[in-house]
Amino acid sequence: MQKITQPMLIDKAVSLLENGTVSCVFGWQKGEFDYDITPSVFKNADDLKENFVWNGFCGANLSKYLVSKADKIEGKILVFLKPCDSYSFNQLLTEHRFDREKVYAIGLPCDGMADISKVKKLCGDGISAIAFGDDTISVTTIYEDKPYEIALKDVLLERCENCKSKKCVAYDELLGENGDVLDSNRFDEVARIEAMTPDERFAFWQNELSRCIRCNACRDACPACTCEKCVFDNSDSGVENKAAANSFEEKMFHIIRAFHVAGRCTDCGECSRVCPQNIPLHLLNRKFIKDINEFYGEYQAGAEAGSRAPLVDYTEEDIEPYDVFDRRDIDA
Amino acid sequence: MQRVGVFVCWCGSNIAGTVDVQAVSDALANEPGVVFSTNYQYMCSQAGQDMIIDAVKEHNLTGIVVCSCSPRMHEATFRKTAAAAGLNPYMVEIANIREQCSWVHKDMATGTEKAIILGKAAIAKVNLNAPLTPGQSPVTKRALVIGGGIAGIQTALDIADAGFPVDIVEKNPTIGGKMAQLDKTFPTLDCAACILTPKMVDVAQNENIRIFSYSEVSEIKGFVGNFDVTIKKNARYVKEDICTGCGACVDKCPMKKVPNEFNLGMDNRSAIYIPFAQAVPKVATIDPNSCNMLKNGKCGLCARVCTAGAIDYTQKDEFINEKYGAIVVATGFNPISMDKFDEFAYNRSKDVITSLEFERLTNAAGPTAGHLERPSDGKSPKTIVFVQCVGSRCDACAQKGKEYCSKICCMYTAKHAMLTRDKYPDTEVYVFYIDVRTPGKNFDEFYRRAVEEYGVKYIKGMVGKVTPEGDKLKVQASDLIENKQLHIDADLVVLAAAIEPDKSARPLATMLTASMDTNDFFTEAHPKLRPVESPTAGVFLSGACQGPKDIPETVSQASAAASKVIGLLVKDKLTGNPCVAHSNELMCNGCSSCERVCPYGAITYEDKEFRMPDRTTKTRRIAVVNPAVCQGCGACTVACPSGAMDLNGFTSKQIMAEVDAICR
Repeated sequence: MQKITQPMLIDKAVSLLENGTVSCVFGWQKGEFDYDITPSVFKNADDLKENFVWNGFCGANLSKYLVSKADKIEGKILVFLKPCDSYSFNQLLTEHRFDREKVYAIGLPCDGMADISKVKKLCGDGISAIAFGDDTISVTTIYEDKPYEIALKDVLLERCENCKSKKCVAYDELLGENGDVLDSNRFDEVARIEAMTPDERFAFWQNELSRCIRCNACRDACPACTCEKCVFDNSDSGVENKAAANSFEEKMFHIIRAFHVAGRCTDCGECSRVCPQNIPLHLLNRKFIKDINEFYGEYQAGAEAGSRAPLVDYTEEDIEPYDVFDRRDIDA
Repeated sequence: MQRVGVFVCWCGSNIAGTVDVQAVSDALANEPGVVFSTNYQYMCSQAGQDMIIDAVKEHNLTGIVVCSCSPRMHEATFRKTAAAAGLNPYMVEIANIREQCSWVHKDMATGTEKAIILGKAAIAKVNLNAPLTPGQSPVTKRALVIGGGIAGIQTALDIADAGFPVDIVEKNPTIGGKMAQLDKTFPTLDCAACILTPKMVDVAQNENIRIFSYSEVSEIKGFVGNFDVTIKKNARYVKEDICTGCGACVDKCPMKKVPNEFNLGMDNRSAIYIPFAQAVPKVATIDPNSCNMLKNGKCGLCARVCTAGAIDYTQKDEFINEKYGAIVVATGFNPISMDKFDEFAYNRSKDVITSLEFERLTNAAGPTAGHLERPSDGKSPKTIVFVQCVGSRCDACAQKGKEYCSKICCMYTAKHAMLTRDKYPDTEVYVFYIDVRTPGKNFDEFYRRAVEEYGVKYIKGMVGKVTPEGDKLKVQASDLIENKQLHIDADLVVLAAAIEPDKSARPLATMLTASMDTNDFFTEAHPKLRPVESPTAGVFLSGACQGPKDIPETVSQASAAASKVIGLLVKDKLTGNPCVAHSNELMCNGCSSCERVCPYGAITYEDKEFRMPDRTTKTRRIAVVNPAVCQGCGACTVACPSGAMDLNGFTSKQIMAEVDAICR
């Protein structure tokens, strides 16, 4: 299979810009360091050639930016979608959050993205340069002359270790070959937490969530968090600005957010990737996904645009409330 | 800030017996916004209501909290009181300290504590109440009756007599229901057909009534006064308007080995059939599962003999849309399956039958032309054992049968026993019973006649086992009064099978959003005071769909339901419920979650232009609620991820304030 490279994407984007198919490009560009690659909007070929990046740190999910930008930009937008991004793309379409006609989507195969905190665990701080090989990363630090050679599979993001799907589910054009939906072990960790006693579980989450600094990065990166007015910014909602008052963020912020995205979360893993405190936020969402699968049958948000999610749909076969209450009936 | 008045009701001793009402009114006097707090013996009485009106005037109250019974009981009463005092009726909140407090607690301390907490919650809510004004909606002056048994027939006739058009939807090819299968009716022993069939003819001839037979309701949308119903008319492969019911096709049909449902499978019918001679409408129906022409295109005999040319093998199911102001559910009952009652050998011997099968065996139009013959060999039975309560009044742990009393079995068993002894005096008749229950006009006299005049042997005790042996049925039973085991060699055993709601009731309830109990009987709006209305506005209950009933009760309930329907249809406008949802367009994402959960189809979307702070305009998709269609269930407010959707009178803020007050 042909490897998709950065120059190929730049060429593709430049040609679509120049032939007028699109008027701008949503992609990734280098940040201050090689590893803090950020989403960016490119409007001309020079910008693309100079700044566009495609490597193992392009974890950012670009689909969310279509919501606020799609109707502000004249002409079509080119957006690059990794398989997991394409699920978010579909989910946003299902929710009528942008106009499909305004978008030219290119699906990309993905071998998994690297987790910088795992890299730093292996090579320490002071990273000055990172280069990607086929399955390896070579990391140069200011402390060592020789770069560290690390296998990509050892530093994958959690979401990529437990990748649910290598299949792009939405695109106008696909580069490379499409993959398959995978049998992942993504619910194992949830099952482990489910097996805890309530006290253990409370202690687990108290420990994790107490690190929250309420930076809102999870919310800002989450493709399901696209409300016109977020409840946490709404003085009328009664839940805004409580962070300073009590241990709110430990107990409520993430729980409320998980409920808000329940049934809509595509498990793209952005919340955990962007969390500066390394809180495994994706586990809250996965618990919901696991429950929905068990209660209503397998459902993957975003697998299909326009699908009716079990939580906002009603069928006669739906589980009865007393069965939800008494989980033993499910297990039996 | 509101000026709230708190009124604590004693409800005689109903509340005051377990709740220290003085302590409650004292405690609530200190809550935020409360300027007046009192208690009184019967708040709903004239004196109590006057007390509220006086307090509103004297203390300039803007909100009222009544701590009393369930809002289902008296919310409407106190809203009227508020209106009489010049307040908006929706400035009233009820704290339910009876059903949810005094009735469930035993000691004064806990009861009082909880009553105070419930009062605090209501006060917290009323502080955020806003005056609401209901809208109005028109009424479609046509009623739908679902089910064409005696209940549906009586309801339809009564509504039609008042001058309103009625449609009956019946899933069988004919109306008539279970009553058409019966022989005689207790306690007067009139022949069922003689009193039912004239009513069926009345239905057919009434200009205000349309019958959709062999049809089902497939979709219901809308709300009281404005239901939008889709009726699926199943293909009967016979043109109803042309068929004269002459029966030539039935005679000529070569496929004659189809079990006859009307006779409960005790004889056969042809593939094209008319259920019984007095069927309404009297038209033939082809059973597509048995007809050779429909199955493999070979035959076509009925079309050849039909002089009217009514046979149409290409007929398709037809869907009819119609609007109705009111819907009456009259889906009736069925005997339960005897599969779980192996001890009575129902599935092993043809001579163990259910009471409904016994009706057909003694019916002049039945499979034996009314001669009581054993199904196995056609001999006259000399010893008959009737077993009552088969599947009724069962222990919940037994995992079979029903916990409730099926109510009609004592009387029809007495009838069967009496009629058998009357026609065949040489037959020995035993009835095994747990209790004999005969409340009803002339019912006990009827039962006693069976025992005293006709010599039916009533034995208190249950049959433990029936074993077919040779041409006899060995019945093992206990006689609890004599305290001994009995062994009877019977020729026929008749099981008084429990009755259960028709299987079509559950999906129908879902379509109607009408509530059901655990046995799938429809729930009434109030068991005593609103027995023929479902809690869903515009949906009424007639007959055994609401609970086991005999014919006199069914007919009275049917007429009661009809009068409620007429009361609704005579109105030109209905005052709506102002507690409906609304979407805050500034917060709405247009994501369609609410539209999908709305059971009433009240939510639509529109593109609206918004002026942005930078003086540009932005077009956004937003949800719009039709207040006439919204029933205020609140499902949308929960589904809405952004909190744009809220419910008047039950805003998220109000609910949170209540929760906060309870947890404070």
